[in-house]
Amino acid sequence: MNTLLERLQRDFSVSEITVRKPTMTTLKVDRDIAERLIRELRDRETYTHLNFITCIDYIEDGIFTLVYMLHNYELNHTLGIHVDISRDQAEMTSIHTLWAQAWTYQRELREMYGIRFPGSPRLDEDFCLEGWDQIPPMRREFDTKKFSEERFGHREGRDNEVPREHMKVELYPNRGGDEK
Amino acid sequence: MFKKSLNTEDTLENAGLSVEEQQLFSNARPQAYEPYPIKAVEDFANWARANSLWILAFGTGCGAIELRPLMTARFDASRFGIAGRPTPRQSSVFVIGGYASVKTLKRIIRSYEQMQGPKFVICLGICPVNGGMYFDSYNTVNQFDQYLPVDLYITGCMPRPEVLVAGLMKLQKNIKAGKCDGANRYVENFDWYKKNQKSVIKNWDMPDYNW
Repeated sequence: MNTLLERLQRDFSVSEITVRKPTMTTLKVDRDIAERLIRELRDRETYTHLNFITCIDYIEDGIFTLVYMLHNYELNHTLGIHVDISRDQAEMTSIHTLWAQAWTYQRELREMYGIRFPGSPRLDEDFCLEGWDQIPPMRREFDTKKFSEERFGHREGRDNEVPREHMKVELYPNRGGDEK
Repeated sequence: MFKKSLNTEDTLENAGLSVEEQQLFSNARPQAYEPYPIKAVEDFANWARANSLWILAFGTGCGAIELRPLMTARFDASRFGIAGRPTPRQSSVFVIGGYASVKTLKRIIRSYEQMQGPKFVICLGICPVNGGMYFDSYNTVNQFDQYLPVDLYITGCMPRPEVLVAGLMKLQKNIKAGKCDGANRYVENFDWYKKNQKSVIKNWDMPDYNW
């Protein structure tokens, strides 16, 4: 494991290597060589399984962090590859040539975050959201509560009580809110 | 059933369909149900309807899991004349099992309109009432009765199958009393319901009424 990580540091200048637990390590790599790194891990280091691709929105830093989770069945080890891309020009190399199932994830990321993956099949088809006409909903500048109230309405009489406080008042009024 | 209405005043536009498809689908409005003129006959019909409720096997949300135990030995819904049916054409009860997302709502509308009257809608769980835990979600409708008429609500998160049985018995009682007129309300306020439906379903690519 350490030899692999040393080699990745040397060849791909990966950084922020973090051991999350004995069977999981994450590392960060530059956007332009990420696809090459993933290909290398799949073809030569037997990280043959793509667990998932997901995205984290760091709106304060102006970046999306893409997370590629790869699994090695021989070592029972999971490697998370973090790739930072710009929020303004969210575009990433497609890896659907490595794993065919990747295009489903990429289609979802395009829909939920607006990230482009040039060449990925059926990228612009609707996936979960049909006829979506707003900014992608998982971007953090999207105010989901405001949108929900504008489009779906708000039922009068709905109060967001804290259940514990509400029950104290409603069920035990004579005990000064004390349950005992 | 697939009639073409020639009277231009009461036809539907079917604007979501292409010109070729408009030739294939009916453009007639739904018709309201008229009860039998003799009250005793109508009462007998209602009694018969109440004792053969057939539930459409369409689980729209997490509550669909509560429909499965209904048919098993423990709850045994068959003793109330309740059965599951695989197709809307054979069903008379639509149980909205929990939250309805916009994508599902489109399928719910299509299925509901294909059901033959008299038909009844039960909303299971809190989500169709006011959104429940999805009150701020970007894809879950908050008030289901804006889009389809509801005959009975069963609230809770999640309601147990016992509550569902109790709700179905209550529905039977209401049907026998002639109070479940949701399908007629849908016909009478058809334009209002369609306006609400189209305000959330932005890719309306189906007929305005699915016969």
